[in-house]
Amino acid sequence: MSATDIYPHLPVIFAGLMGLSILIYVVLDGFDLGVGILFSVADVEDRDRMVASIGPFWDANETWLVLAIGLLLVAFPVAHGTILTALYLPVAIMLIGLVARGVAFEFRAKARSQTKWLWNRVFFIGSTVTALSQGYMLGLYVLGLETTLASVLFGILVAVCLVATYAAIGAAWLIYKTDGKLQKQAVGWMQKSLIITLVGMITISLTTPLASDRIFAKWFSMPEFVALLPLPLVTGFLFAYLFWQLTKLPHKTDQFAILPFTGITAIMVLGFFGLAYSFYPYVVPDQMTIYEAAAAPESLIIILVGTLFVLPVIMAYSVFAYWVFGGKATELRYD
Amino acid sequence: MDPFILSRMQFGANISFHILFPTITIALGWLLLFFKYRFNRTGDYAWMEAYFFWVKVFALSFALGVVSGITMSFQFGTNWPGFMEKVGNIAGPLLAYEVLTAFFLEAVFLGIMLFGFRKVSNRVHTLATFLVAFGTTMSAFWILVLNSWMHTPAGYEIRDGVAFATNWWAIIFNPSMPYRLAHMLIASGLTVAFLVAGLSALRWLLGDRSQAMKNALKTGVYLGAALIPVQILVGDLHGLNTLEHQPAKVAAMEGNWETRGNVPLVLFAMPNEETRSNDFEISIPNGASLILKHSAEGVVPGLNDFVAEDGTVEHPPVAPVFWAFRIMVGTGMAMLALSWVAAWFLWRRGELPKLVAVALVPMAFSGWVATLAGWYVTEIGRQPWLVSGVLSTREALGPISGGMVLSTFLMYLAVYVLLLAAYLGVLYGLTAKAARGGDNQPEPGVAGEQALPARGPNATLQPAE
Repeated sequence: MSATDIYPHLPVIFAGLMGLSILIYVVLDGFDLGVGILFSVADVEDRDRMVASIGPFWDANETWLVLAIGLLLVAFPVAHGTILTALYLPVAIMLIGLVARGVAFEFRAKARSQTKWLWNRVFFIGSTVTALSQGYMLGLYVLGLETTLASVLFGILVAVCLVATYAAIGAAWLIYKTDGKLQKQAVGWMQKSLIITLVGMITISLTTPLASDRIFAKWFSMPEFVALLPLPLVTGFLFAYLFWQLTKLPHKTDQFAILPFTGITAIMVLGFFGLAYSFYPYVVPDQMTIYEAAAAPESLIIILVGTLFVLPVIMAYSVFAYWVFGGKATELRYD
Repeated sequence: MDPFILSRMQFGANISFHILFPTITIALGWLLLFFKYRFNRTGDYAWMEAYFFWVKVFALSFALGVVSGITMSFQFGTNWPGFMEKVGNIAGPLLAYEVLTAFFLEAVFLGIMLFGFRKVSNRVHTLATFLVAFGTTMSAFWILVLNSWMHTPAGYEIRDGVAFATNWWAIIFNPSMPYRLAHMLIASGLTVAFLVAGLSALRWLLGDRSQAMKNALKTGVYLGAALIPVQILVGDLHGLNTLEHQPAKVAAMEGNWETRGNVPLVLFAMPNEETRSNDFEISIPNGASLILKHSAEGVVPGLNDFVAEDGTVEHPPVAPVFWAFRIMVGTGMAMLALSWVAAWFLWRRGELPKLVAVALVPMAFSGWVATLAGWYVTEIGRQPWLVSGVLSTREALGPISGGMVLSTFLMYLAVYVLLLAAYLGVLYGLTAKAARGGDNQPEPGVAGEQALPARGPNATLQPAE
């Protein structure tokens, strides 16, 4: 097979890579942001521990967003411009949120202890604002990037639900990485935020097909309907299973501490596949397909070769980093 | 207001804020590796103490660099969609390779470098420090490749109004890349040298006489003294390269309006684009011809060559380029004088006179001044082009309204001013704390409040738990 044989498939390959980075970002930075969101309800003495649980990872986790937006930029340059100009203000607000979250992390450790409360607050606000604007953008995207009263209200609804989803996965991470009182509290946080997450997923699942005839046809025609039925069913089962397990956690021997995290991750993966199925092959909903928006194949192949070599290496050393800092989070020290 | 000017101001503010921090982290990563290497070789714990102080500065600078860098990757799309639409086939792979080969490397190993000293073996920790330094440098490489290509595009062809790559080797090693890369990497080295020397001098003035401070002070002063002559040479070569490929930029730097021989070196002037001449000019006869052409009669291009027949100005705005260039060179001269005086005293007497130490403190951020001024020269000097001869800056502008850009611009500006104040405040706080003597010991990376027992060299040599 020569290189040119692969050319017609490059748009879908890059859409897949971009989807993968977004998914990894949402899960990994999702728990970082979730921990930040949960700062608001956590006791003061637990906060250092919460930050320690994400300390070595948050920067690398955020890099998946850079890769995702980078792939949109390089593989679908026209769509990149269209989407980002349509989402100008929420993008700007998200960036301010990411800036605030990232610097608060460093400043709260290095500033004088009198100003630590300030950076704690910045950390919470930055995480929450980031999550809110990402949810708002998701809502607007689902409704085709138009700004109407209905789409803005829907965007706000999705924003609140995404905050809850991140809080849920953040709590799941804390259940895995901590013990004692904080772990017990995290179970309660996860139960509450999981309810709002469920509401959000049902709302998006109903709104997406109703807002677009094309998406409606993709889901509710035979035999697709039957083939797709496992997706909502498995998701529903996972929710039920998680709620049930959470009533029993934490166990005395700390077994199953990772279960909430894997459960909510599976839910997010399934939700993501539902969205991806709805919108494929469009990158700008109902306006521009990935085939129309793709960059020149000669350039994409160069990126693809690099990606296929480097991505496994990135994943390997990321896993190594998680392994190094495995087990329960302890106090973080520079030595 | 005009969204074009506002978008340029916004991007200018963002990239100016951003570059402050990579300029520190690129070289500081290598300096930390050097401290670590000296400790590994000598077993002198003072080197490790220097490491623990400067790794905090590194972590803070790195975080600020990351968050402001992410902002820029989005602004390509929000404000300048025309850029990727026109040259995305070339810029795309370069940016992708930056993320893939540099961004992940530094971000992942940063965690191990900062918090893994007791979690991994000393060898792996040194390797992590190396990979972070290597990652920041790779990042600089790819970004400077792209930026240089925007100045001196090569290895491409235009089909249907869009640039396509024809020769990746020519794109990566485009004519200005080696000079720009070398100039920037040395600028980073100088920035860190003066930052380290300046904050160490401040510690000395505050009464600190620790070996860790002395080690850092010597490293900073000697590094600065060694790099500055190299930088002057590389800067000169870069200027000659610019003269060959972007003569309008050099004409603006020199404030030279007419193409002619015996062009003077203008020391001071107010370039006036209305009268197309310099007001209040003070100059050295034949100076510019000698520097640029190595002969008094050498013909130097003038700005009037870059005005179209219909009067359209096709050269960059003169005054900002002219002044930024003088600020950069002036700062470089101050660096040369001070670092050599300081190096002489350290070498001959092993200690600085108080006056020299006092002079080093404000020079701690001289690298920032020179680097920003240099970038203004080269970036404003490329106008009215975004990609020389391929894409004008105005063509790349997106459809966002002026009011929208203004509101986000003010928002970013407010955040950046606050962050810069907080950053400088924390640097001062860390320095003052270290000078009080309590803080040559390692500190908790996240938990800032608990006091920790002092630990000796043997404790840190324990293998991973």
